[in-house]
Amino acid sequence: MAESGSQNSAENASGARAAGRLIAHPYLALRGFARGTLPSGWDIAAFLLLFGTFTLVAIAFHQFSAPLAAVENAGVTLSPAALPFYALRTTLRMFSAMLLSLIFSLGYAYLCAYSRRAERVLIPVLDVLQSVPILGFLSFTVTFFLGLFPGKVLGAELASIFAIFTSQAWNMTFSVYQSLRTLPPDLVEATRSLRFSPWQRFRKLELPFAMPGLIWNMMMSMSGGWFFVVASEAITVGNQTITLPGIGSYVATAIEQRDLGAIGWAIGAMLVVILMYDQLLFRPLIAYGERFRPDDMPSQIEPESWVLRMLQRSRMVKWLAALAAAIGDRFRRAAKPIRLREPRPLPAWTNAATDFLWYGAVIVCALYGGWLTVRYISASLGWGEVGHAVLLALATMLRVVVLVAVASLIWVPIGVAIGLRPRLAAVAQPVAQFLAAFPSNLLFPVAVFLIVRFKLSPDVFLSPLMIFGTQWYILFNVIAGATVYPRDLQDAAKNLHLRGWLWWKRAMLPGILPYYVTGAMTAAGGSWNASIVAEFVTWGDTHLHAHGLGNYIAEATANGDYARVMLGVAVMALFVVSFNRLLWRPLYRRAERLSGVE
Amino acid sequence: MSEEQSGLANGAYEALDNHNAVLRVRGVTRAFSRPNGDPLTVLEAVDVNLNKGEIVGLLGRSGSGKSTLLRIVAGLIRATSGQVLYRGAPLNGPADGIAMVFQSFALFPWLTVLQNVEAGLEAQGLGREQMRERALSAIDLIGLDGFANAFPRELSGGMRQRVGFARALVTDPSVLLMDEPFSALDVLTAENLRTDFLDLWTENKLAIQSVLLVTHNIEEAVFMCDRILVFSSNPGRVTAEIKVPFKHPRNRLDPRFRQLVDDIYARMTVRAKTGAATVLSIGERLPEVPTNLMAGLLENLAAEPYHGRADMPAIAQALALEVDELFPMAEALQMLGYAELVSGDILLTPLGHEFTEAEMQARKHSFAKQLLTRIPLAAHIKSVLDDRPGHRAPSVRFLSELEDHLSDSAAEQTLRAVTMWGRYAEIFTYDDEAEAFSLEIPESEQA
Ligand SMILES: Nc1ncnc2c1ncn2[C@@H]1O[C@H](COP(=O)(O)OP(=O)(O)OP(=O)(O)O)[C@@H](O)[C@H]1O
Ligand SMILES: [Mg+2]
Repeated sequence: MAESGSQNSAENASGARAAGRLIAHPYLALRGFARGTLPSGWDIAAFLLLFGTFTLVAIAFHQFSAPLAAVENAGVTLSPAALPFYALRTTLRMFSAMLLSLIFSLGYAYLCAYSRRAERVLIPVLDVLQSVPILGFLSFTVTFFLGLFPGKVLGAELASIFAIFTSQAWNMTFSVYQSLRTLPPDLVEATRSLRFSPWQRFRKLELPFAMPGLIWNMMMSMSGGWFFVVASEAITVGNQTITLPGIGSYVATAIEQRDLGAIGWAIGAMLVVILMYDQLLFRPLIAYGERFRPDDMPSQIEPESWVLRMLQRSRMVKWLAALAAAIGDRFRRAAKPIRLREPRPLPAWTNAATDFLWYGAVIVCALYGGWLTVRYISASLGWGEVGHAVLLALATMLRVVVLVAVASLIWVPIGVAIGLRPRLAAVAQPVAQFLAAFPSNLLFPVAVFLIVRFKLSPDVFLSPLMIFGTQWYILFNVIAGATVYPRDLQDAAKNLHLRGWLWWKRAMLPGILPYYVTGAMTAAGGSWNASIVAEFVTWGDTHLHAHGLGNYIAEATANGDYARVMLGVAVMALFVVSFNRLLWRPLYRRAERLSGVE
Repeated sequence: MSEEQSGLANGAYEALDNHNAVLRVRGVTRAFSRPNGDPLTVLEAVDVNLNKGEIVGLLGRSGSGKSTLLRIVAGLIRATSGQVLYRGAPLNGPADGIAMVFQSFALFPWLTVLQNVEAGLEAQGLGREQMRERALSAIDLIGLDGFANAFPRELSGGMRQRVGFARALVTDPSVLLMDEPFSALDVLTAENLRTDFLDLWTENKLAIQSVLLVTHNIEEAVFMCDRILVFSSNPGRVTAEIKVPFKHPRNRLDPRFRQLVDDIYARMTVRAKTGAATVLSIGERLPEVPTNLMAGLLENLAAEPYHGRADMPAIAQALALEVDELFPMAEALQMLGYAELVSGDILLTPLGHEFTEAEMQARKHSFAKQLLTRIPLAAHIKSVLDDRPGHRAPSVRFLSELEDHLSDSAAEQTLRAVTMWGRYAEIFTYDDEAEAFSLEIPESEQA
């Protein structure tokens, strides 16, 4: 009784206060109103941008339903005028895959974070998936999706989108999972004490907390994804060749017709696309992600984006946001608050029994899978072939190791030099990120042309192509590390007269090591993957091979030899996983300890 | 003796206040399971009544289970046995009308002040306008007008905690729970917020009927509460119940106020005193106090104006320490035999005097000797290292031993404390990278 009385009076009081506020500032209220009715220049720009995008998307989706034969017959024209359209198709594939990856990563990470049983199995699975060379799998997925939608472009589109998806989803999932596992306990308690429903908890706590990591990984995935979208548009599996309209198939056609000029056009178009992606998406998102960063973490370089500023100033965007909020509010009120409670502990034996069944089933399936693989390989190929594949893997490994070492020797000093000069870093960092996004496979034909022209050894000169696109990860991670290197440690090093090698060994390297290891690990992983396209290249009807596992997989794919593709992919995944486990991770842990970054 | 007293007091209050209670805690026990599966009892048979118009304080050493009790009352965790009765029914999860203020503020950094406060109403199913209106009025009430659109990172600590209060008050709760709400703030800001809250409380501007406040700080408890419950540790029990007979606003300099603070200090050091007489066990929880702080406190005690004996509240104030900072330091000195705690006073032993007069190497020798004779864990580590051929032992070995007696976090803390002390005394060393203890002092440390 007393309670409800006081509540009422509190409400009345607040109503009076709100009215008072309006009366006190009529001018302010009016000014806001007037400003709201007149569209600003930003509004018009935002309007054009948004609706231009919608229109283009509508046109392209219309074509998805076309029969496959029509596309194949039409072929790919090398006229530069067709390039904007091809670029759009390529970009659309990219975004469809990103959408899929987002949904997947949230779902998978949720499952892993909230079910111990799922976590035990799914996290190691994810870890292996991350190391599987995606390009090696193209042959399987293409066959699968074409079978799903026989005779339709949609099947081929889905195969391509799936390939990009597999290059994007894993690290995003890890990032969300990590965030969900490290939610601040006091905020979790607050959401429970405030009786949030699961949806409210997701909206107000889990998603925002996961946001900075997710955005960063999305952007890294996208950057890596351009490489795969280009590679997956023109696929030959056995005697079936699929060409989807896009920059990748444009380049493939240009290679076939030995048209160096067309390749130049394609590179130009890709530069424009990446530039737009960088300016319209990457920068705004990273800058937007800033607001979710906990305030106790230092920022490296304050991210800036003119597009974000424009969107934030635009009235129309504000109006759209308000509309979305209103719709969200409808949902919020429709959803009954659900009680989140500490679950009553189950009797110990039921838990043990479920554990036993679940892990038992997993182990049986794993053993069966292993047995199946071994039997398949020994029946179709024999163990000599396995030894052969391992030898080739060693050749590719040698390339990867040498290339990462060389790239490190070049980029670490440069990265440190840039990172220690904040002005320069602010300019150079976006450039390095831009270069990492550019699909290096577009440049392969140029290299091949030169190798053929000057009769160089493919075994040596094809190798740099593997790291061409991935070396930038070393560069921009080192720049990032050097920009946050503490000023007073720099001064202390100067004060102690540390110079030359001693300076590197005592002062600089331990400080940037975690960043360097991250970069080098990404570069190495990417290089393994790239070997599949870099060790086997063509120019017209000239084929160049370098001896290695990448070439082995690529040739087997071209011949439709599924058993060899399987073997190659498995061996490569094994090598990458071992590298991560035995080299990179221990190194990273050590580096973290040394530099005190935890 | 004090047990008896409190038992009597409890009974008397029960008879008096039963119909007046907003919330009742009945025989609540809580155990956590240790890594080896055995239960670790943190709270045992706790009875508390929250009566209308009353601020109740929970006072006790670190680890005595105050926060655990608060979280049981908040419905965030379950009691192992016993129950919490609220509005005539057993509490079952977070309830409407029970709000909480957190030590760390627990604000969503990505929401504005207004959105944070509105989050308090999230579960209420109100319309947007209604939500906004109530949130704005709570913001006004707590003195945050003008900051509605700021993000928490733009605010000072005191302002942030005001947002925490607004978020709790916006629902017009009948019970407010606070877990050390002022301990993350500087002294002035904390005092400012305390008096502002008490003003709202005494002027009946809040719907709140009863407040439960967890604190380490004896002065704060006497300043704010009408009734103080003192907790013992291991397991947490209510050992005393103290009525605070003063009217708000209270004067900290009032002799009666000072006397009550002193009384409570004395009460809280009782257990520690008996602890010193008995021999410690290997599984004793060690306070993680750096050796230089111990030395600093000893030096201060030996010098003017204390000459070896100080009133704890007085020296805490003089050294700008919170009680929860001073207690562990005093406790560590007592364990090592450098000081004694007697009825709210800390006094230097002859050994303590010797220590302050010695130079560095002699101090280390004294410390090593005390460590090996008085702290069984240190002696144990040393003897294991002596026995092993390589004179090395991984830290997990000792950690798992400790976990038989302590909770995870307490075990880790204890091991960190003994590592820190053993290194200073040079009786063993620790390799952080290998996570192992050893006898040899590496070259870099010898130099
Ligand atoms: N979830 C948990 N699992 C295991 N042990 C726990 C858990 N929560 C608390 N404990 C243990 O229970 C004991 C009491 O903890 P609690 O946080 O309630 O103490 P407290 O009195 O609030 O201490 P402080 O003053 O340091 O906040 C501690 O020893 C702690 O380690
Ligand atoms: Mg606590």
